[in-house]
Amino acid sequence: MSNLIPAINLAVDPAELVQSDRVHTSLYNDPALFDAELAKIFHSTWVWVAHASEIPDNGSYKTTYIGKQPVIVVRDRKKDVHVLLNRCRHRGATVCEHKKGKTNSFVCPYHGWGYALDGSLRGIPHPESYGDCIDKAELPLVSLRTESYAGMIFATFKHDIEPLVDFLGPAKKWMDLFMKQGAGYGIKVPGEHRFRFPGNWKIQLENTTDAYHFPLVHKSFLSSVDEQTLELFDFVKGPGYVEDLGNGHSVMVMIPDLIDLEADLDRPIPERFEALAAELREEGIDEPQVRRIVRAVGGTGFNLNLFPNVACSMAFFRVLQPISVHETEIHHSVITMDGAPAAANRYRLRLHEHFQGPMGFGTPDDSEAWERVQKGAKAGEDLWIMLNRGLPGEKPSEDGLVSDVSAETGMRAAYQQWKKMMQA
Amino acid sequence: MNLQLLQEVTAFIWQEGDMLDHGEYDGWLTLWTEKGTYIIPIDPKATDFENTLNYAYDDHHMRQLRVQRLIGGESISTSPQPRTVRTISRFRVLFDDGVNVTVRCAQNVREFRKETLKHYSADLVYELVRAERGFRIQRKLVSLINSDDALAGIGYIL
Repeated sequence: MSNLIPAINLAVDPAELVQSDRVHTSLYNDPALFDAELAKIFHSTWVWVAHASEIPDNGSYKTTYIGKQPVIVVRDRKKDVHVLLNRCRHRGATVCEHKKGKTNSFVCPYHGWGYALDGSLRGIPHPESYGDCIDKAELPLVSLRTESYAGMIFATFKHDIEPLVDFLGPAKKWMDLFMKQGAGYGIKVPGEHRFRFPGNWKIQLENTTDAYHFPLVHKSFLSSVDEQTLELFDFVKGPGYVEDLGNGHSVMVMIPDLIDLEADLDRPIPERFEALAAELREEGIDEPQVRRIVRAVGGTGFNLNLFPNVACSMAFFRVLQPISVHETEIHHSVITMDGAPAAANRYRLRLHEHFQGPMGFGTPDDSEAWERVQKGAKAGEDLWIMLNRGLPGEKPSEDGLVSDVSAETGMRAAYQQWKKMMQA
Repeated sequence: MNLQLLQEVTAFIWQEGDMLDHGEYDGWLTLWTEKGTYIIPIDPKATDFENTLNYAYDDHHMRQLRVQRLIGGESISTSPQPRTVRTISRFRVLFDDGVNVTVRCAQNVREFRKETLKHYSADLVYELVRAERGFRIQRKLVSLINSDDALAGIGYIL
């Protein structure tokens, strides 16, 4: 590569680090850029925090992070959802250490300050010593702006940015399509695989919109599936496409037949689903619903990447959490059909276990590839990450730009958003 | 305490561990009953594993596929293969009706691959069935003490 960038400018001008067809390697390994990303991206846009089904009842909560900041996502007595900083307003201790649960209030374990589900400060033990120098109304758990679409809950530190639905834009219709895998029962997230890999978060962000790696990295997975599934996953030369949806979001359609899971319900049931269909019929499920379940049970044929931290990935939610410039935690949240026959959900659970997680047949190989990117990217000082695949065939589309299924269009979309936000 | 039974199940489980550390997967696959399940849960409180998300919930077919993946050379996370040494101890017979025996024990696995040494501790619960020569595994439950933490790829059989 002949494009040299003076090292002194790296931290001061992120614009030079992202070009139309490549990004500079420092995006993976410069700690100063990582700190800037936390401030300018994770603390400045809509970040996914939960699916509504994870906090189903009054008092249900989960804890998670926005960037590096611990937060609680909780449903109050009126069923409203709050995203609260997990930090007591007295001396800073976390008020909740459980990953999920149900509670009436949050009580700090250090001095016993108690907060209601909406974050308001309710009780201070032994208040006499404060006299009139404290006003409880001024010290609630800090509450973030929270909005949701299609059951996906997002939060932001910013009160002046666009509403969530505007930020999502054309991605909304793909979210609606994704939720059709509930087969009319609704989407439920009953668990997740969590793992960490030694690499930058953007390596994972890229991967969700990378069809190119699939036949190679996932060869051992492909060797473990039946003929029909193998055919289905042979999509790199197929009619799929990648579309830039604006604001860093993109969709990669691998299997166009599986875009709309409520279409073509009268088609013959594929052989690999026959046993499940028979089991559902035996349970007394009527034929139209059997077809609906079977059509939805394997998930959709696309990955929707929502900048910066979540993807609706075929049959599950893929969530990334930056730990440091060279470490990332990934959650693969399993999706089941809420209230559907157990046989259908068992099928989905086993499917998830087959590919995902630290003992899946897919995830560990992805993780290995990403680790090698981080390691290899230490070599050289003026080298670039190439993102020009599919450029010649890229065309304007109704929602943005579109190119072939293994084009790096989605990655270019994400990095253009990165550039815009880092310059703000 | 039935020391003879304790010794028999210990010998069987040690043999299984030795097979896994030394890559004798064909032999390992024959240790199971036809309907035997190999389960690695995530949620320490889970009991209905079939209807819960696990790390692994393998029937005979999935065990075969898992072995094939480990030795097939097609997976970058298992080539080079990790080296493992497992120590299994603290055996206790929880149940015995003359046919079925349930045993709980402790397992510490050391894994080395590329530049990293890792350590996984787990409670193992075996549901064994008496067979012609020794036992067959009806269920092996591997409860990692950090199962609900974020793990890294595990490219071998626990």
